[in-house]
Amino acid sequence: MSTVILMTVTGLGLAALYFLVASGLSLVFGLADVLNFAHGLFLSVGAYATWWAAGNLPGAGAEGWGFVLAVAFGVLAGTVVASLVELVMIRPLYSRTIEQVLVTVGLSLAGVAALQAGFGADPRPFPRPAWTQQVVTIAGARVPMDRLLLIVAALVVLGALLAFLRWTRYGLIIRAGVENREMVTALGIDVRKAFTLVFAIGGAAAALAGALAGVYSGSVSPTSGSSLLIFAFIVVVIGGMGSVLGSAAAAVAVGLLQQFVNYYGGSGAGDVCVVALLALVLLWRPAGLAGKAAA
Amino acid sequence: MSALLEVNDLSVRIAGLHILQGVSFSVAPSGVTVLLGRNGVGKSTTLRAILGLTPRNGAATGSVRLGGEEILGRPTHGLVKAGLGFVPEDRCVFAGLTVAENLRLAERTSTPDYDLVFKLFPELSKRSRQRAGSLSGGQQQMLSLGRVLLNDNRLLLIDEPTKGLAPKVVTEVAEALERAASAVPVLLVEQNLAVVRRLAGDAVVIAAGQVAWTGRGGELLADPELTRSLLSVNAAGGH
Repeated sequence: MSTVILMTVTGLGLAALYFLVASGLSLVFGLADVLNFAHGLFLSVGAYATWWAAGNLPGAGAEGWGFVLAVAFGVLAGTVVASLVELVMIRPLYSRTIEQVLVTVGLSLAGVAALQAGFGADPRPFPRPAWTQQVVTIAGARVPMDRLLLIVAALVVLGALLAFLRWTRYGLIIRAGVENREMVTALGIDVRKAFTLVFAIGGAAAALAGALAGVYSGSVSPTSGSSLLIFAFIVVVIGGMGSVLGSAAAAVAVGLLQQFVNYYGGSGAGDVCVVALLALVLLWRPAGLAGKAAA
Repeated sequence: MSALLEVNDLSVRIAGLHILQGVSFSVAPSGVTVLLGRNGVGKSTTLRAILGLTPRNGAATGSVRLGGEEILGRPTHGLVKAGLGFVPEDRCVFAGLTVAENLRLAERTSTPDYDLVFKLFPELSKRSRQRAGSLSGGQQQMLSLGRVLLNDNRLLLIDEPTKGLAPKVVTEVAEALERAASAVPVLLVEQNLAVVRRLAGDAVVIAAGQVAWTGRGGELLADPELTRSLLSVNAAGGH
């Protein structure tokens, strides 16, 4: 029983990371029709900026509020990079889908190369608060605190995103834009501002995922963003393009399935099952679990 | 009386097809100007081109002047803010949003005229918390009209507002349009000749991407032979 609990919490922790990456990816695709292969770069930027800030930024560190400051710096860096990518590279290409894909793929590859050039290709030890390495006993299972940190962070982000979409003017614009972007424009709304905003939100969430992935794995490497991005794409497709709640549900399904099958069925089998799940959902509901709706 | 909107030599190509081929007409600064024509001749394309909604795989050329100012090629959101209200064919309400949210999204002024909208369409007030996707076709059309009537407009572009509606709802929509047209000029695409007869001041008939006839709507509908030749319908039949 304790193994099942540990697997469940670990799977939910993994799901939290997938959700943090997928939620922004999903909103960007749902609203702006941009398939952003550079989204993993925002995660890597967040991870490296947190790592750098913990060692260099005055007041920041690996413990307590210093770590919070380091993560905040990482999230800010991811947000800024994502906004700049939208403003400088994506905005001129909104009517040119193929070029968008080429640019984001190129940016993703160039980003990994730039991080390797700047910080080396080898993983770097990631600063993490000591309490995240402690364990807590839940129904007999000894669960590492870092898993709980991931889950709580994802729940907070999910709540904040839903509140933003439900209660703010820009949230309303994004929800409407995911349904019918042209009609939003025809109501006199400059939807391009919302594009920049969803890139910024996506960049912030991905950067937070980068910092938390560093805490979870204990290291940061230039390719960490790319490896998480693949599963985040699967989560987006299963959950439904543009749906935050769909992404959350799909992330939980993918995280748990991957964790349990990898444990009981052998390493790697979980990844195969996730792809099989994707195929089944596409056959059953081609628009994903939630269809196209930004909530 | 100088025209509010002047369309000159407007051509639209979409995916290699020459949909509009040098359309020219004008819209008076008051009343309803109706765009008529058979299905597929380019009426909706004309409205969308005026509003900058030509699709990505298309291009619009020529000239469109609003109050003397060239607007062709300007971004859609800017034109709407400048006072071009648009009611699209098939309503295009946001199905996942409530009626209240659909209306709130459309607010362009600090003093949106909810009194007018709810007076014209009391159903919208009663159903403000209902999701727009669960409304009937007629209610969705009321919502679509309500969204533009919240704001001050210089010209309303309205595309087939009675399409697919029950006769009773058609009458309600026509009454609302009549009321709206008393305050703001309307360029209306409409196939229902009973509605045209009720509302039309000027009429522009488009055929095969070109203007085939312009004049007073009453004059067109009073001539059954002309109506039959231009629209392939019997004017006496009402539709």
